[in-house]
Amino acid sequence: MSDPVLPLGGTQYEGLVDVREAGPQGMIALRGNLADASLQEAVTSLTGLPMPDMRGAQVLGESGVLWMSPDELLLLVPYRQAARVCAQLSEALQGQLALVENVSDMRAMFRLRGTQLRDVLAKLAPVDFARDALPVGELRRTRFAQVAAGVWFSDDTTAQVFCFRSVAEYMFNLLCTAADPDAFVGFHAG
Amino acid sequence: MSTRLTTGGRLVDRSSDIRFTFNGKTFRGHEGDTLASALLANDQMLVGRSFKYHRPRGVVASGAEEPNALMNLGRDNTHEPNQRATTTELFNGLQATSQNHWPSLDYDIGALNGLFGRFLTAGFYYKMFIHPRPFWKHLYEPFIRQSAGLGRAPDPETRDPDTYEHFHAFVDVVVIGGGVAGLQAAKAAADSGAKVLVLEQTAHWGGRAPVDGGSIDGMTPGEWVRKTVEALEGMENVTLRTRSMGAGVYDHGYLLGYERLTDHAPFMKGPRHRLWRIRAKQIVTATGAIERPLSFAGNDIPGVMLASAMRDYLVNYGVVAGQKTVVVTNNDDAYRTAIALKQAGVQVPAVIDARQMGGGALMEQAKSLGIRVETGRAIAKVKGGKRVTGVAICAMAGGGAMLEEIKCDTVAMSGGWSPVVHLWSHCGGKLTWDEEHAFFRPDPERAPTSHDGLPFVTVTGSANGEMDLKSVLEGADRAGKTSGKAAGGKPRRFAPPKGESAEEMPLRPVWLMPENAWDDLRMKSWLDYQNDVKVSDVQLAAREGYESVEHTKRYTTLGMATDQGKLSNINGLATLAASLGEEIPQVGTTTFRPPYTPISMGAIAGEARGEIFQPIRKTPMHAWHEKHGAAWEPVGHWRRPYCYPQQGESKHDAVHREVLATRESLGLLDASTLGKIIVKGPDAGRFLDMLYTNMMSTLKPGRCRYGLMCTENGFLTDDGVVARIDEDTFLCHTTTGGADRIHAHMEEWLQTEWWDWKVYTANVTEQYAQVAVVGPNARNLLEKLGGMDVGKDMLPFMAWADGTLAGFPVRVYRISFSGELSYEIAVPANLGRAFWDRVVEAGKEWNITPYGTEALHVMRAEKGFIMIGDETDGTVIPQDLGLHWAISKKKEDYLGKRAQERSHMADPNRWQLVGLETVDGSVLPDGAYSVAPGRNANGQRNTQGRVTSTYHSPTLGKGIAMGLVHNGPDRMGEIIPFIRDDGETVVEARIVSPVFFDPEGEKQNV
Amino acid sequence: MLTLKCPYCGVQADETELHAGGEAHLTRHGPGSSDADFESYLFMRENPKGVHFERWRHVNGCGKWFHAARCTMTLEVFGTYPAQTTEPPKKIRDAITVKRPGWTWRELS
Repeated sequence: MSDPVLPLGGTQYEGLVDVREAGPQGMIALRGNLADASLQEAVTSLTGLPMPDMRGAQVLGESGVLWMSPDELLLLVPYRQAARVCAQLSEALQGQLALVENVSDMRAMFRLRGTQLRDVLAKLAPVDFARDALPVGELRRTRFAQVAAGVWFSDDTTAQVFCFRSVAEYMFNLLCTAADPDAFVGFHAG
Repeated sequence: MSTRLTTGGRLVDRSSDIRFTFNGKTFRGHEGDTLASALLANDQMLVGRSFKYHRPRGVVASGAEEPNALMNLGRDNTHEPNQRATTTELFNGLQATSQNHWPSLDYDIGALNGLFGRFLTAGFYYKMFIHPRPFWKHLYEPFIRQSAGLGRAPDPETRDPDTYEHFHAFVDVVVIGGGVAGLQAAKAAADSGAKVLVLEQTAHWGGRAPVDGGSIDGMTPGEWVRKTVEALEGMENVTLRTRSMGAGVYDHGYLLGYERLTDHAPFMKGPRHRLWRIRAKQIVTATGAIERPLSFAGNDIPGVMLASAMRDYLVNYGVVAGQKTVVVTNNDDAYRTAIALKQAGVQVPAVIDARQMGGGALMEQAKSLGIRVETGRAIAKVKGGKRVTGVAICAMAGGGAMLEEIKCDTVAMSGGWSPVVHLWSHCGGKLTWDEEHAFFRPDPERAPTSHDGLPFVTVTGSANGEMDLKSVLEGADRAGKTSGKAAGGKPRRFAPPKGESAEEMPLRPVWLMPENAWDDLRMKSWLDYQNDVKVSDVQLAAREGYESVEHTKRYTTLGMATDQGKLSNINGLATLAASLGEEIPQVGTTTFRPPYTPISMGAIAGEARGEIFQPIRKTPMHAWHEKHGAAWEPVGHWRRPYCYPQQGESKHDAVHREVLATRESLGLLDASTLGKIIVKGPDAGRFLDMLYTNMMSTLKPGRCRYGLMCTENGFLTDDGVVARIDEDTFLCHTTTGGADRIHAHMEEWLQTEWWDWKVYTANVTEQYAQVAVVGPNARNLLEKLGGMDVGKDMLPFMAWADGTLAGFPVRVYRISFSGELSYEIAVPANLGRAFWDRVVEAGKEWNITPYGTEALHVMRAEKGFIMIGDETDGTVIPQDLGLHWAISKKKEDYLGKRAQERSHMADPNRWQLVGLETVDGSVLPDGAYSVAPGRNANGQRNTQGRVTSTYHSPTLGKGIAMGLVHNGPDRMGEIIPFIRDDGETVVEARIVSPVFFDPEGEKQNV
Repeated sequence: MLTLKCPYCGVQADETELHAGGEAHLTRHGPGSSDADFESYLFMRENPKGVHFERWRHVNGCGKWFHAARCTMTLEVFGTYPAQTTEPPKKIRDAITVKRPGWTWRELS
């Protein structure tokens, strides 16, 4: 079997911010009753991270728990472990209404880094990217130009953006265009 | 002549030397000039021709309201028409040409129209071109099209080399306008702690105040502006943007800002324009006021300018429009121009003041400078052609009997001021008529309201009808504090700055000069310079019965030009009111619509151009297809290979080859785009029974079933193969374009109707690359790859299995859309390309042939399989397609069932699916109709069917088609006529079974 | 362009993040229903000048359907609430009454 191939082969760009295709990232879609104690127990023990609050992004390295909707989490795990964690989670949730799917291959992820990050993102999404409006550790699902996307800040100058795999190239070109070094805005203090 | 004085001009850098061209002639200007000021400095008074009569026109204003000085800017791929010279900042190498004349600006044949002015009155086109009717198409329309339009559209072959972008900003308070009102409002709002954004459309802060004079807190307005801007720049919660226009105010605090980043310096890199998409809690508009022209005969002759504009050119650029200026006014403000000109050494032979009593302190000052003031007087007419040569003076009362002629080369006119209320009005703010100042100003009781039902726009400064510095600053301070508070801030108790300016006497509303101007004067009194609408046109409209201002606008075209009537609006409706014998507020205004001034199409498109014009969805194998010469077909946002033409091969031949190779040996299709939706839960079967017309709950794990989906109105919306993964889990395949739509459809029903059902869905379309291996050698190939049993017994037709192939984790579905032995193999997307490569390699011995969507279509048509979007068009129910076998009779309910019981749906006379074979073996035209005897009520031929899919079948060597035909299935063997695209030629086709190939399914069931 | 607060994820969503779903609180009529009932379910819609109840989906977001009560004249939003209900909650109705005394919509008031 071959190694996994990223949608864009791990491409990158340097401009107002550095844009780097990230991954492969193991991802598991979990739909279920997020208030259920055994579900919470399974999620926290398998990821080693606390349950996120509404819109929360609990992420540490390659592991994480993203709050996608009131009945959906996206678990982040190391790519090679996704199938195993998926099986363990299914096992742990046996008997309760839940959907667990390994979706590690269906998204593209980008890591954006730089002081102009909030200005660059604000060119693409109808979202308030001010520090107090979208703090570190909060996931915002929205659209970037014409496609659905999610974004969270892992620290003040680093953000993770994900979108569906098929539009990875569109997203990368969008991010590069927005990060054009000659397109400085200076709205959010850098 | 117009010229630049040796001193003065607070905005220009006299040490700089800028070269530019106008109509090919090189001129010189300074940094800080506008194109208009630089043209005037070079004695270029004539700048364009009017739209209808091609009359010579000069610069009349100094800002966004300019109706005349519209230019073509740039050349080739940067060419842009209708740019206002008054708001175009000068730069080295600027190229401008004037518009709307032939052969040249100075000698224009179209000006002959002016000789027929008497005939080209309001509604001329409506009246003239209505008869005789055939003349419209062949004579009138071509003529009108040729003479219509202002400026020259860019060459269709050129591509805009510039880039543009959007920016989403969220702020507490946006202040639009960076004059003294805007700056003070911004300061007061920012002091409250609110996050403030200030937009100023020009390159400079301060607006009119530095030109108009007075004092603020003991400083000149200019000093105060500098100090205040400095203070604002030092505040972290404030963003200041010049060259940024507030273009439009919309619902829920949405505001568009139009930032022009490099128009003034095209050599700079980066985006040319940025469209700010702003959400503001509060919006303060401090957009100032626009001076009104006076309506007197010849008020459009080059050299007649707004008094304030003349002052602007003098103070800001050191430019005077003439050497001898008559000032005509109905208010005190114009005296400022007279005084400034006189002090700059320009002759001012007289100020003509329409008011019997004249003005106040400013008039006295003018008199003390030796300026002659004539009160109760008017201009009867301006003399001159391409330039003013003098004015005829008459009494304001009366019809225009000349008392005296005064020689002059320029006229400065002032008819009072109109607050710029556009932004207030965009989102529903209402106006009130201010009798004292004779203008509409915002009615604070009827403000635009936001999502919470509370007002979100405040108007301040002269935009709010505050016409002296003191009330401007006090009002602005109040506006800033109120908005800051409404946006959640805590206003500080700082006192507003103290403004002082000369006290002014009331104006006299003057809508026509002289009061009872004779006919011939009114026919030369322009209201709308750009569209050539005169006082007489509006009066004619009123006489012809036009009462509504909106109708009059359209009939006369008043205010419909690119300046949207910024100068003409109030004068026009006052003229209408007078003609109707009504009061101005009763007649009302026309509707102000965004944008305030035109914004570029590029800014609206933003980043969406070139590669990112729209998202193109690509499968993991996209690069392979590209490398192997795929001809692409857009399917939704996906790009799928249509076919893979080889060297020298036509698309038709490629499809032919792909079909035959697949049928004979082995074909390969990238089926990754098919939708894949997981449906899971104890109620999953019950749910799918509602979604599909088929019974899905009885499907056994490990098996597949083809299903049809209808919407609640009964029409077929999607189809695909459903695989039961386990007791609780199904995987539903959708069409390529259908994945998101069907997933949304499922979620909608689950969330909004059956929310207590225990089902979850997940759209996993992009998790898998899917490869269809098709043809008699398909099994051989899979066996060669090895890893799982794909034999007839382990994996029969319509079964699926998990396993590995060549070491890849796969799920194999044995389904067929071609009638061949066929497997669809799903692998994780990150391995898709590698798996595809492996299959291509392994298939060489069987001449494996990748095929595209067209071969797929041909093969499915040979088998009589329907295609959503071909056989269906949103009006077709499954019963029409002979799919009764896929409609469960046992189920009480499914989406669409009730609708399919409606009388028209159950009508046996509906058009139904059949196969069609031309008698001569040719291919039927796509979408062709079959005609039936007789004609309908509209005189059209009756129809009895239409072609839904049509191809040349390589397998059968003839044209095959499917179509919907009236009572089709009962008419097997009948020959019916179809009509070609020319609407005449008949092609005869025989009604046959839609299954053209292997009707017993022997090939797929091996 | 509207903004509506998604009651599921708390985002004050931009209209471009939402998908409009038409009139809220329709009662489904399936097989066995009368022609009149079915016609009313499938085709007949309110078109009020004033208070209206609508369905929206937070499509570029958490993906959930919700309901919004708003004024079609002023675009004032009286409230948003989850879709899993057959009629507007009392809290929403009371909020409307405060702003639009005497309002009616279908049989509601």
